[in-house]
Amino acid sequence: MLVDHFIADGWRVIGPRAANGAIVYEPLRSGADLPKGLIDDQQPGSYRLTDGNPNRWFDYVVGPQNWKKWLFPAKQKLWSAEKTTDGFTVTAHEESYPKTVLFGVRPCDLSAIEILDSVFDNGDFTDTAYRERRQKTFIVTVQCARAASTCFCTSMRTGPRAKRGFDLALTELGESRDNAFLVESGSPDGDNVLTALDCPAPEKQHHDAAEKATQNAINDQSCHMPDDIRHLLRDNPEHPQWDDVADRCLSCANCTLACPTCFCSDVEDINDLSGDHTERWRSWDSCFSGAFSYIHGGSVRRSTKSRYRQWMTHKLSSWHDQFGTSGCVGCGRCIAWCPVGIDITAEAAVFAKDEE
Amino acid sequence: MIPRRYRVVHVWPELDDVMSMELAPLDGPSPQFKPGQFNMIYPFGVGEAAISISGDMTDPGRLIHTTRAVGAVSSAITGLTKGDMVGIRGPFGSHWPIEDQTGREIVFVAGGLGLPPLRPAIYHALQNRKDYDGLTIIHGARSPDTLVYPEELTEWKSRFDTEVDVTVDHALPGWTGRVGVVTTCLDRALAGMDAVNVSAFVCGPEVMMRFSAQSLIAAGVPCDRIWVSMERNMKCAIGFCGHCQYGPDFVCRDGPVFRYDKIARRLGLKEI
Ligand SMILES: Cc1cc2nc3c(=O)[nH]c(=O)nc-3n(C[C@H](O)[C@H](O)[C@H](O)COP(=O)(O)OP(=O)(O)OC[C@H]3O[C@@H](n4cnc5c(N)ncnc54)[C@H](O)[C@@H]3O)c2cc1C
Ligand code: SF4
Ligand code: SF4
Ligand code: FES
Repeated sequence: MLVDHFIADGWRVIGPRAANGAIVYEPLRSGADLPKGLIDDQQPGSYRLTDGNPNRWFDYVVGPQNWKKWLFPAKQKLWSAEKTTDGFTVTAHEESYPKTVLFGVRPCDLSAIEILDSVFDNGDFTDTAYRERRQKTFIVTVQCARAASTCFCTSMRTGPRAKRGFDLALTELGESRDNAFLVESGSPDGDNVLTALDCPAPEKQHHDAAEKATQNAINDQSCHMPDDIRHLLRDNPEHPQWDDVADRCLSCANCTLACPTCFCSDVEDINDLSGDHTERWRSWDSCFSGAFSYIHGGSVRRSTKSRYRQWMTHKLSSWHDQFGTSGCVGCGRCIAWCPVGIDITAEAAVFAKDEE
Repeated sequence: MIPRRYRVVHVWPELDDVMSMELAPLDGPSPQFKPGQFNMIYPFGVGEAAISISGDMTDPGRLIHTTRAVGAVSSAITGLTKGDMVGIRGPFGSHWPIEDQTGREIVFVAGGLGLPPLRPAIYHALQNRKDYDGLTIIHGARSPDTLVYPEELTEWKSRFDTEVDVTVDHALPGWTGRVGVVTTCLDRALAGMDAVNVSAFVCGPEVMMRFSAQSLIAAGVPCDRIWVSMERNMKCAIGFCGHCQYGPDFVCRDGPVFRYDKIARRLGLKEI
């Protein structure tokens, strides 16, 4: 099994596991840790793991967590400072990130990683710790053969089949005990692993089966994002729908935490008791919090309405201006993990409908 | 990005809650800055605050900042004394394009602590006065005792080639100057100008900038010859933390100085 090959080769392998009723992305001890035979039933406001075909390895799609926690940790130390007799010294934090395989990254999440790459290397500034983690990361994508009812990668053009961005991509073929995988390489590092594995070359039947799997995942999708959502949101900051959704939204920040592309962070200075040693930490933050937009006198975005507008407009509209792509990859996490079941595609549909 | 260390070489009070300081670099020379740019200032163990550079850009070795105490970090900054050390990251952000406005009539409009971020541009205009058709500085404050840089305002006013107009919201006994909002001064100043030839730089509270821009537009100043400086919460200043977003712009990178026509629509919206 590929997981065991990497572990034997000294890699840390992070992959899907089942824990507390959900798929999580944690270090794997062996391929046996993979949550084989499970599928996820996802609906607005709900997520449930159930038994599927016991022979299938990858029929679940995305879990509540996402891969960014490995590349962009929820809490990270940036630097520390020590008091000296005439001031202080500052020391950058050096972290040791082991060479890591992200195993089982879905096409939507692969796009999300690509998006984070552009966020943390914005032309003027580079997050060097992020870049280092990224350089030490090998990505094994699993192409989707099934979609949850919350998935809409097709309309975001991020899936269900990734064409680039991975080192290796697997497509699970067939339903039987000894079903085969189509393995494709997307990088020189991937080529090397393929060579070492020495698998037989795929034949037409394998490619056809992969094509069928992809088609299946496309057919499964019922959520869609309107094509022109970028301009619809840009042009409608005062649309009555913002009030409507604000009545339902709890401003809980679940969506931003679950979202694989949300990158906002806060910083905190932590002092020891003596006050001589201090550390700067960066941690995930959310535009749904009141403190997020605080400037003296009060928060700029006081209302839930303005916060929801910030989140949705940023994801689907201003992200294009900032980074040249949408900030949404259609993974559906924010839909399933919203406690009141707000569906970003349904909200978007209202703007599109009113435009007709 | 980690802070570079600076030594406080001189501090002086400006107002009750406002202090200026001069900093000298300890970790290599101070980088060149442009007028309107800002630094993230770090008093040891407290945190960072975005503070505009308010000194002369031809003398970047003398880094000058003017800070108002409003909370934890800014109070730690105004509490610094000579010999203390601070951390600096920067300079960051866009700038007042004063150098590109040669041959034009320059109008500065500063509300309250909007004057420090404009001062490097004002210095440049004063030093290169012959490059410009006219130079007017309008400063509004709440009351006569909260005017910023009062001695310099008097000195600039004493120059024959510079108009300085100062106004306060509330007079105090002994005040013989103007009373009223800056837009009244601005309207009066614009009346004598060829508005099409005016380039305006406006800094102050958001409402004040909005109304000033409206006055300028109404007088006929082209909307692409007006610049304003925006303020948003800032944690990183390098485009990573997301806090400073203002519509599609990151105030720390795309701003703080914006050409008015690029943000005019947003300036009218609440809670953006
Ligand atoms: C581009 C720019 C230039 C500035 N130039 C100056 C200047 O020259 N002089 C000056 O006195 N002040 C200036 N400010 C405002 C200054 O940054 C804030 O007053 C300061 O951050 C307040 O921090 P605090 O910890 O003292 O206040 P608190 O109220 O304790 O602030 C809590 C947190 O909110 C944030 N915050 C609060 N107010 C502001 C604000 N107005 N802008 C940005 N973040 C804020 C900070 O992240 C701070 O850590 C500028 C702000 C910006 C964005
Ligand atoms: S906005 Fe929702 S669907 Fe889009 S990438 Fe984020 S969590 Fe996924
Ligand atoms: S949606 Fe909110 S939390 Fe997510 S990246 Fe945008 S501003 Fe940050
Ligand atoms: S201050 Fe962090 S993105 Fe602008």
